[in-house]
Order: sequence, then structure tokens, then C-alpha cells
Amino acid sequence: MTSAAPPILDVSNIEVIYNKTVQVLRGLSLCVPRGRIVALLGSNGAGKSTTLKAISRLLELEDGAVTGGAIRFDGADIAPLAPHALVRKGLFHVMEGRRIFDDLTVEENLTAATFALTGRRAPPKSFDIVYDYFPRLHERRSGLAGYLSGGEQQMLAIGRALIADPQLILLDEPSLGLSPMLVEEIFTIIARINREQGASMLLVEQNAAVAFAVSHYAYIMETGKIVIDGPVETLMRDQDVREFYLGMGVGAAGHKSFRDIKHYKRRKRWLS
Amino acid sequence: MEFDWLFFCEVTLAGLGSGALLALTALAFVLIYKATKVVNLAIGEMLMVGAYLFFSFAAGFGLPVWLAIPLALIGGGLLGAIVERTIIRPMLGESAISVFMVTIGLGSVLVGLVEIIWGAAPTQLPDFMGTTPLFIGDAYVSRKIAIGFAVASIVIAAFVLAFRFWRGGVALRATATDQGAAYSCGIDVPKVFSAAWIVAGVAAAGAGILVGAVGGISPTMGVFGLSALVVVIVGGLDSIAGALVGGLIVGLVEAWSGTFIGGEYKLLATFGLLILILMVRPYGLFGTVEIERL
Repeated sequence: MTSAAPPILDVSNIEVIYNKTVQVLRGLSLCVPRGRIVALLGSNGAGKSTTLKAISRLLELEDGAVTGGAIRFDGADIAPLAPHALVRKGLFHVMEGRRIFDDLTVEENLTAATFALTGRRAPPKSFDIVYDYFPRLHERRSGLAGYLSGGEQQMLAIGRALIADPQLILLDEPSLGLSPMLVEEIFTIIARINREQGASMLLVEQNAAVAFAVSHYAYIMETGKIVIDGPVETLMRDQDVREFYLGMGVGAAGHKSFRDIKHYKRRKRWLS
Repeated sequence: MEFDWLFFCEVTLAGLGSGALLALTALAFVLIYKATKVVNLAIGEMLMVGAYLFFSFAAGFGLPVWLAIPLALIGGGLLGAIVERTIIRPMLGESAISVFMVTIGLGSVLVGLVEIIWGAAPTQLPDFMGTTPLFIGDAYVSRKIAIGFAVASIVIAAFVLAFRFWRGGVALRATATDQGAAYSCGIDVPKVFSAAWIVAGVAAAGAGILVGAVGGISPTMGVFGLSALVVVIVGGLDSIAGALVGGLIVGLVEAWSGTFIGGEYKLLATFGLLILILMVRPYGLFGTVEIERL
């Protein structure tokens, strides 16, 4: 894609191998321009979460390794940085499944995120910024985080990112296990955070419709590489994307038979 | 027969005193388990090394006590750091049982080193607390036990407060709950591991000096760590408050059973208590419920 400012994140041609045996990413490239929300879509097992973990370097904890290509954050190669050092430079990963600290209170969870500010000049942010976006967390600030509802836990996970004051937030399926209404609420706030805090975002989602609603640009990946990408407006008009990812059929016939799925497979191969 | 309340009180106080020392040792164990999920069976031997270091500094080099104690504590911390860096960190990601076996081996190595350097014969630490007995009301308390109790309770209270209110305590608890998420919050997880081992090493060395002052030192004094293991299992492997309460309970049970039933029943009573508590609360009195069991 063309963009005047240098991108905040530039992933070029990376390969990831788990456990020295299973190759998950095969030459994946993507780019997040400053201040933008970029969506990364794809089916289960396509390698979306792996891509995020490769970027945040949390992959090493799961016996995965980036074996080829380069990842540049804010113009610098991330390879020599430890995961926590990368967070302190301003790349925050909101992990899949929320991963809040169950035995800590809401406030202590936010305190834990203040370690991301280690070594920065800026004075630590007040927790009020989190409570402004998520008033419900304020009510429950001294309760154990494990007792929060799923939606509140997701809010807390995003709240930790806010405290860390990052330049880039990696969001891994924030809609996971939430009711449609809550999903809408959370995504509205995600868009607000992007506008008001100026944080760029790379958003992994299963729910393509809601991801398109907030993103500027999108990548669609299958089995370890990107198959389609483009500005969201373009993708929304794309016939294949409409059919396969947004669930909007072409014909008037509402139902699809399995014969069409075969057809879908064939066309997918053509796409990649 | 008339029940001798005064004697009972004295036994109880002595039990509380040795219970506090057990609690301090258990604290060192809990710190390591909490941060790194490593069951460190060498904690008794780390305690012994601390006692021998103090012995060297105070008796061998003839340093004054106010200097020998901090030096021994630093030595204990250094031991913790070295063990973590050279033995435990390379084992990260291995099964819990492997790491557990490694700590058993470490215990034997430490005993061997102490025997090579200082010899196998039991000795006494130079007396630094005085022997004037204390009286609480009419009850007699040994001065050493009282000082041990005071030190242990202050240290444990400090830790309980630190864990609740200090940011570093939050980092340690966050690391214990979810290492990946701790990394993602910018917490330097390897540093938390080192810090836990260093602080545990200091606590163990401190406990070693106190235990050695009360009962003398020998290469086999690491057995004390076995009682501390009972304490942490009773209190809950990952609970500092559990270490304190468990320590006092085990100290009392040992003192009462040793005095009123007979010394040979001490272990029977302690381990019987252990079985009872585990039957009612499998994770210990204060343990987090989903923690890993051995």
C-alpha cells in the first residue's frame, strides 16, 4: 500500500515454525500505517494469532520461532528485543482469551500494566483514563478480576493497554465469547481509543463485519499467508469477500448447498 | 493430677518461637513457589549454608556480629541468585518433577560442599543474643526463642504488606498467575524470577542464623527444611499468610506433642496433622485452589 509516513509496523515475508517442525506462517507480509486500524481476518488455524505473537515476540513462550523475514516496529528491527522490552517501547499485545490476572484486583491488574512505562520519561497515567472509557470497571475496581463478567474482563484487558500508553496495540479477537451488543460497545470504544489516543491498531477478528466497521485497511489470510488485501471500502465491494467473509450471498436464493462450498474451495485456490 | 498451666504456657511460648522460625523458612519456600512454580526441596540446605556463612564470618574471621549478619544474608542472596541463574533457569519449561528432582540434588551438593569446607562435626554459633531469660508474666521464655520470634514476625509482616501494597509484589503475583500475560504487560519475568530466588536466599540465610543460634549448626540441620515443607503444605504452597499460620500451628503441635506425649511422637503428630488438613483442604489452609499439586 502507499502511504507517505513510514509505517509503525512493517512485517515482511516472515515464516514461523512451531516446535521446530510445524510451519504455520509462510512468507507473510503486512503493514500498519501510523494512526490507522488494520484488520487481519481469516478462518480458524489460518495463523492470525501466530502472526500477532510473532510481532510481540510472545511466540517464544510457546516454542515457536520466526525463521525468516523481518519485523520492523517504528523503523527498528524487533529481533534483538525481549518481549517485555518491546512492550516498554510501545507495542502492546492484548492477548486472545483476555488473559487478565484472575487473582489480582482490577486495580492491581492496571498496576501490573504500569510496568510497561518503565524507562519512559512520561509521568505514569492515572487510572482515570481507563475508568473514563469503561465506567463499569470503576465500580468494580477493588474486586478480584476473576469474578468479572466476560465483557468486563475484555474491557480490563483493553484498559491495561491504555495504561501502557502504546503506539501500537495488537488486539486478538476482542469479540471472543461476547454478546452482539457487548461486541458493538467494545468496538465503538476501540474506534474511540484509536481516534482520541492516536494508537495504531492491528486487529485480528473472526467477525469480519464488525472488524470492517472500525478498520481502514484489511488483510485476509489463509493457511499462513495473505490472500487478499486492500482498503476496507474496496474489500466491502469485493464479491468473494462479501460472500465468504461477510456472509452476503450473490443470488436471491438464501441458502447454500454443500455443492457451493466445493465451488468455494475451487475459487479460493484461484484467489491464492 | 493438677494441670500445670504455667508449664503449659512456657511450652506454648517455646512452640510459638520455633513456629516463627519454621514460618520464616516456609516464607523462603513460598516466595520461590509463588514466582516460579518451582518446589524447592533444597530450602533447608540453603538455610544451613546461611548459618555456616555466619559461623565463618563471626567465628572464623572474628568479625563483629553486626557485620557478620548482613554478610551472611548477602551470601544467602548470592547463593539464591547463582542457583537460579545456573540451575533453575536452564530448566524452565521442563516438567515440574524434573525441576523438583534437581532441587533434591542441589540439596545433597550443598551438604557435601559444607562438609568439605567446614567438616561434618556439629558446632555452636558464637553467642550473640545473650542468655538472660525473659519472663512474660511468670512464664519463662528463652531469649533466643523470643528474639527469633520477633525477627520472624517482623519479616513476615513486612512481606505480607509488601505483597499487598508494593508494585513489585503485584509484578510477582502477576507473573505467578500468567507468565505470558505478565510479559505482555511489560513485566521483566526473568528478573522477577531472579528477585524471588535472591530474596528467598536472604530469608533462608536469616532463618539459618536464628535456627543455628538456638540449636547449633551441623551439615544435617537442613532437615529443618522438612518441617518447613510440612508448614507450606499445611498453609498452602503459594500463601505467605499460610506460611505464618502454618508455621505457628506446626510449631505448637511439635512443642505440645513433644512435651506431653513424648519426643518420639513429635513427627507422628505433625504428619498426622498434615494428613488431616489435606483431607479437609487439599490445597492447604490458604492455598489458591487451582494450584498445581505434586
